[in-house]
Amino acid sequence: MEQLTGIDEERYLEPVKKVGRGFYITVAFLLSIIAWGAFAWYTQFQTGLGITGLNRPVFWGFYITNFVFFIGISHAGTLVSAILRLTQAGWRRPITRVAEAITVFTLPVGAMNVLFDVGRPDRILNIILHPQGRSPLIWDIGSISMYLTASVIYLYLPLIPDIALCRDRIGGWRQELYRILALGWRGTEAQKKRLKMGIGIMAVVVIPIAVSVHTVVSWIFGMTTRAGWHSTIFGPYFVVGAIFSGIAAAILAMAVVRKVFHMEHTLKPRHFDYMGLLLLVLTAAYIYFTFAEYLTVYYGYGGSATEGSLLTALFTGEFALTFWVMVVFGFFVPGIILAFPQGRSIRGTVIASVLIVFFMWVKRFIIVVPSLSRQFLPYPTGFYQATWVEWSLTAASFAVFVLLYVVFSRMFPIVSVWELKEGEEEAREKAEEAAKMLAPAGAPRQSRASEVLG
Amino acid sequence: MTRWGMVIDLDKCVACQGCTAACRAENNVPFQGPEGTAQGRAMFWNEVIPVVEGEYPDVKARFFPRPCMHCERPPCVFVCPVGATYQDEDGVVRQNYSRCIGCRFCTVACPYGVRYFNWFKPNFPEPMVAYTNPDPEVPVRPKGIVEKCVFCIQRINKAKEKAAAEGRELKDGDIAPACVQTCTGRARYFGDLDNPDSTVSRLVKSTRAFRLLEELGTHPKVYYLMEG
Repeated sequence: MEQLTGIDEERYLEPVKKVGRGFYITVAFLLSIIAWGAFAWYTQFQTGLGITGLNRPVFWGFYITNFVFFIGISHAGTLVSAILRLTQAGWRRPITRVAEAITVFTLPVGAMNVLFDVGRPDRILNIILHPQGRSPLIWDIGSISMYLTASVIYLYLPLIPDIALCRDRIGGWRQELYRILALGWRGTEAQKKRLKMGIGIMAVVVIPIAVSVHTVVSWIFGMTTRAGWHSTIFGPYFVVGAIFSGIAAAILAMAVVRKVFHMEHTLKPRHFDYMGLLLLVLTAAYIYFTFAEYLTVYYGYGGSATEGSLLTALFTGEFALTFWVMVVFGFFVPGIILAFPQGRSIRGTVIASVLIVFFMWVKRFIIVVPSLSRQFLPYPTGFYQATWVEWSLTAASFAVFVLLYVVFSRMFPIVSVWELKEGEEEAREKAEEAAKMLAPAGAPRQSRASEVLG
Repeated sequence: MTRWGMVIDLDKCVACQGCTAACRAENNVPFQGPEGTAQGRAMFWNEVIPVVEGEYPDVKARFFPRPCMHCERPPCVFVCPVGATYQDEDGVVRQNYSRCIGCRFCTVACPYGVRYFNWFKPNFPEPMVAYTNPDPEVPVRPKGIVEKCVFCIQRINKAKEKAAAEGRELKDGDIAPACVQTCTGRARYFGDLDNPDSTVSRLVKSTRAFRLLEELGTHPKVYYLMEG
């Protein structure tokens, strides 16, 4: 038994120990995209936001779409992992860290897109120096920084025993770093007890924070009077959308980790099946919310000409193609794939997740731009065409996220080794107990059965 | 208390757009050129908006000039994260050009579309450069921030100073923003809504008086007198 776990640990430390050519090629590729993005941002800073496709009235475009998208994706991790931990779902063990890391690395990317969007990034500190508490943007700064802090702690705590493992097994320049980060972890009972308490508390704390984050993001839109935005459903609608896209992103990360690190032994089809089921539930919930939202607006058609014109734009007008393709391929097709057990195979869940992640970006675009293009006063209809700057910075945003994730997965075990081991032990104990119940030592099985019957 | 407000009599408005031009000259509103205008980036602190009702041959065209409404519950002020836009003690919705971070939340929140963003470094065509307003109270705004109609606050301030120097109270009619002063049809009135004897206070009691998008609860301080 001891030996077996020993082999297991080595397996998970492999990607951390051996960094191959593939890693450097990936990093170089990502860095070149980021460098191009940096050039785009510099150009935008020098020239002004006029270099983008933004205009009046479509004052917001790709950057705000990215912001909402990445903050949404961030709900993958912490929320999903916290819920699974609290419900003590045993199958969570190989998944939690894969998901939690997404949260920690998407949040800064989301915040970065706000920086791309402002006309004077050099004055961004005014948000801290002169905060105006009535602004939903300030609420956002508060809840996102709280979420980032909590997520980092929540990622870090379960990482400690694994960092200690790295400290003991891996030499070289990283050993000192591991030694500091391991906080003197020796795996004593007292330490384990405290760690579990800490993780338990953070799992509870992080859920309301995560819910607040996307609620407040929705309020950036909901607190204005704009057609299509001023809706009480926006808070829950955004939270569900965030978890929806987040789970899909987590499935994609699982599939990539499985493939790249050869973790077929740990991330089994069963895990994709369960996550696929969760995703199916969220797909249904999101379709429900979307339907409820648009139907309500549709019946208010006569009430506001602007909302009417917005719906026309979405259903039959200039956004109709995007809208209907999104509804069909972003919501219904994944829903159908996931509804069948065969569809919840690894391949099936990955296809559904790719569709969902992509079309949830489109959905955020559909929330931001069409509403802005329609104004209350009889101005001409707005239009928006992103330029190379927005495309470059969007690509760079994705590259930053992937880079952070890749580097993290090469620095620390991407699955929680000690929790897997713990799960194994629990399972073994359970099996032994069950065996004992069925066949008490020394007593033949039959006699026990006859005892019970007798 | 003073509460500056404006009344625009649509019966007298001839849609000459003199107000737009005067406002541009007075407030150094930058030019965007045909290209920028085609991209939807034209800037008018005061714009004359055409409304075409009906379809050919039963068409009626109306026009209404649109300055900032200077709402009493201004959505832009509520959403500004840094307090760069604010209501001063006389109810004028002002913009602090040196604090604005250019997030454009206010431009998105304003239901009247009166807020403009500087997409580029402000540009004035060669013949106009000599005619920019040299008043230090009307600085040319830098790129990357939001600007808007401020009821010609520089004129309000100067009128106040003048009255103080002459040792008297401000009188109704002492102040005329550029759009009011230039108006061909004398359709615009400016004054203190809190002063019951002012022209604007008298006019807003008219049965023809209405405000734009009143249903949104923004309580604009710009009133219109309906075409009779």
